[in-house]
Amino acid sequence: MNEHRLDDIRKKPLPLKLYSAGWLLIAAGMLIYVLGYSVDKSHAVFVNLINFLFLTSIGVGSLFFIALEYLAGAVWSVPMRRVNEFLAALIPFAVLLAIPVIFNLTGLYRWSSPSLVSTDSILQSKSPYLNINFFIYRFIAIYGCLTVLQYILKRNSILQDDDKNQIRTSWNIRVSALFMPIFAFGVTIISIDWAMSLEPHWYSTIFGVYYFSGVAIAGISSATFCIILLHEHGYLPQLKRGHFYNLGTLMFVFVNFWAYIAFSQFMLIWYANIPEETIWFVARWRNGWEYISVLLIIMNFAVPYFALLSQNAKMKLPRLKFIAVWMMLAHLLDIYWLVMPTYSASPIFGWMELGFPVLIIGLAITVFGWKMKRYNLIPVGDPKLKRGLEFHI
Amino acid sequence: MTLKPLYSITALFDTPDAIIHAAEEIVKAGYTKFDVHTPYPVHGMDLAMNLKSSKIGFFTFAFGMMGVLSAIILISWITISDYPLVVGGKPFWSWPAFVPVAFEITVLLASVLSTAAMIVLYFKFPNISHPLHDTAYMKKVSSDSFGICIQAADPIFIQTEVMQLLKNLGGSSITSVYLDPEEIDHGQKLFDIRFLGVLSVIALMVSVATYFTLNRLMYVQPFDWMMVQKKMKAQQHTILFQDGIGMRTPVEGTAARGFLPYPYSGKPEEAARYLVNPILPTKENLNQGKAKFLTLCSPCHGNFADGDSRLRGQFPNPPTLHSDKVHQWPDGRIFHIITEGQNSMPAYAQNISVQDRWIIIEYIRVLERARNATESDLK
Repeated sequence: MNEHRLDDIRKKPLPLKLYSAGWLLIAAGMLIYVLGYSVDKSHAVFVNLINFLFLTSIGVGSLFFIALEYLAGAVWSVPMRRVNEFLAALIPFAVLLAIPVIFNLTGLYRWSSPSLVSTDSILQSKSPYLNINFFIYRFIAIYGCLTVLQYILKRNSILQDDDKNQIRTSWNIRVSALFMPIFAFGVTIISIDWAMSLEPHWYSTIFGVYYFSGVAIAGISSATFCIILLHEHGYLPQLKRGHFYNLGTLMFVFVNFWAYIAFSQFMLIWYANIPEETIWFVARWRNGWEYISVLLIIMNFAVPYFALLSQNAKMKLPRLKFIAVWMMLAHLLDIYWLVMPTYSASPIFGWMELGFPVLIIGLAITVFGWKMKRYNLIPVGDPKLKRGLEFHI
Repeated sequence: MTLKPLYSITALFDTPDAIIHAAEEIVKAGYTKFDVHTPYPVHGMDLAMNLKSSKIGFFTFAFGMMGVLSAIILISWITISDYPLVVGGKPFWSWPAFVPVAFEITVLLASVLSTAAMIVLYFKFPNISHPLHDTAYMKKVSSDSFGICIQAADPIFIQTEVMQLLKNLGGSSITSVYLDPEEIDHGQKLFDIRFLGVLSVIALMVSVATYFTLNRLMYVQPFDWMMVQKKMKAQQHTILFQDGIGMRTPVEGTAARGFLPYPYSGKPEEAARYLVNPILPTKENLNQGKAKFLTLCSPCHGNFADGDSRLRGQFPNPPTLHSDKVHQWPDGRIFHIITEGQNSMPAYAQNISVQDRWIIIEYIRVLERARNATESDLK
């Protein structure tokens, strides 16, 4: 790959129209947030929680794939790594989304209200872990670690563009090795704290893995969507079908992984048939929630499974792009399904559920555009770049 | 001088880049019947050789679907009709429990049968001879070299041109490979009668050997807690008693629980006077009485106690139970007849428990009442 062709894509900002649309969407999203909180605070805080978890999934999932590819010594993904890095930069914005939730914890979690805890011996026994102070400390620690690690990984990669220093790659491999256990604990604790403790009496030991499978789906599908979109508009012209095939394969892998984990969680609870465990699934199998549950299986597993099964399907860009969007929506539905039954006995889908994600889309476009303005879209200094560009299956 | 027909020209290359380049050039020269042998899969080879994507995936999909269906049908048949067991209070057809097994069988069938399909389709099993076998070329490409083999069957094959082309591409050890007589016929031999015969003999031998090994030679009971119990069965020999007989008569003056001796033996009038039916005519009792009556009484007395002889004269006709005599008998009198028998009717004390006798009597009363139902009964 000659230097001249790489120079074409060094810095190529997004079209101004898209950039301003991003700001517009942020403004609209903020407006919808304010409106939502002023109209129905108890409802808005739940939808806000869904939004926060979804943005976390995309950011942390992207970071997970960066670290995974460093650790595995992956070559094919190097030309697309910047897309993951730009998406991982959304993690600090997830923290911003969490702030309105933190100020309304009592409306969300039963364990956070002292009057409810005082009459509930189970919540009392869990209170050393489930109390507001420790909850916030955990939140700060995890998101702090993830933000710092994301910054280090990105910083090394960016600096390498100019100084072409290969040692930065091995530094990043070490940082990735450090990141993995933090990521595993972090995602588990995020899922337990923010999603599972909505039903503080209920617990499932596989819940962290379940949320991780969704994180991986969100990470890979958001990256795939952005990469294909950029490729179609001439931003990453060097990518060949092998790259897309690998992205499609990874998506297929995590579709199966999600189904595997989701079914494992369901089957053990179904088999043991202990009321304190089944209550969680019972709540998701009545008053209309059963339709959402079936829809979740269809959206998150059945459709993408058959859509991505054949080799050709993973290399057809329009279909892959469609499935990437589909999987992001499926993960959103997954979080909705985890969170919402606590708020309402039957599924509700109103303007808030529809409107709140506008802020996420706006944030993603703006952050992505801002990063593209400042940094190269391809890590031109990476020693594995040449092999990555020449990759084919 | 050899009379064997030519199979192909082979050449060896040293690096994966060289082999990919060679394959591209050979495709460009217009050859279609050629193959590449490498010690490990080389990325980009399919593209260089201009191969279409493999169709084996469709076989895998079909076999996988076969696995899912056969697993679900098998488990459903077992749990619903062959050996229904209640597990954890769940319905017999509990699909979540089937999923792991169905998944495993899917993976098993898909992988094993795909491999088998590949062996049959590509290696033309059971044809096990191939001209490239046992050649220096095959030894090199399965260890440290990359080889190309252009077949003589190619439409534009001219031996000297091919050798020149391979030499120009930088190939070394350019060799001609000849066919042995038995290798000339490449037809499908899967349905060859000799092959099928050998296969069935092997199958038979393996089945018989397995049967005898597992069931006769090495038979091990996994657990025998139910089959082997330290208790005496009826008519068994014992060394515990001097006479060697396992069955003992009860101790004088005792009675087993629920088997009190009948005190009114031969005294029907006293039975009628002193015995009282302890059973209440509840719905459950009457339903049970109906079942017992239909099983034990109706063959002679008829389904509605009419004495209508379902035995068609092969046995003395029993009387109807709707006569005034039976109607006026107290329950104890009927109890006495069931217990001791009467005329041709044998004693049923051994066959019907005391409780069931009373339950049957309640049901007979229902039949009588139904025959002479009053207006108020219909309300």
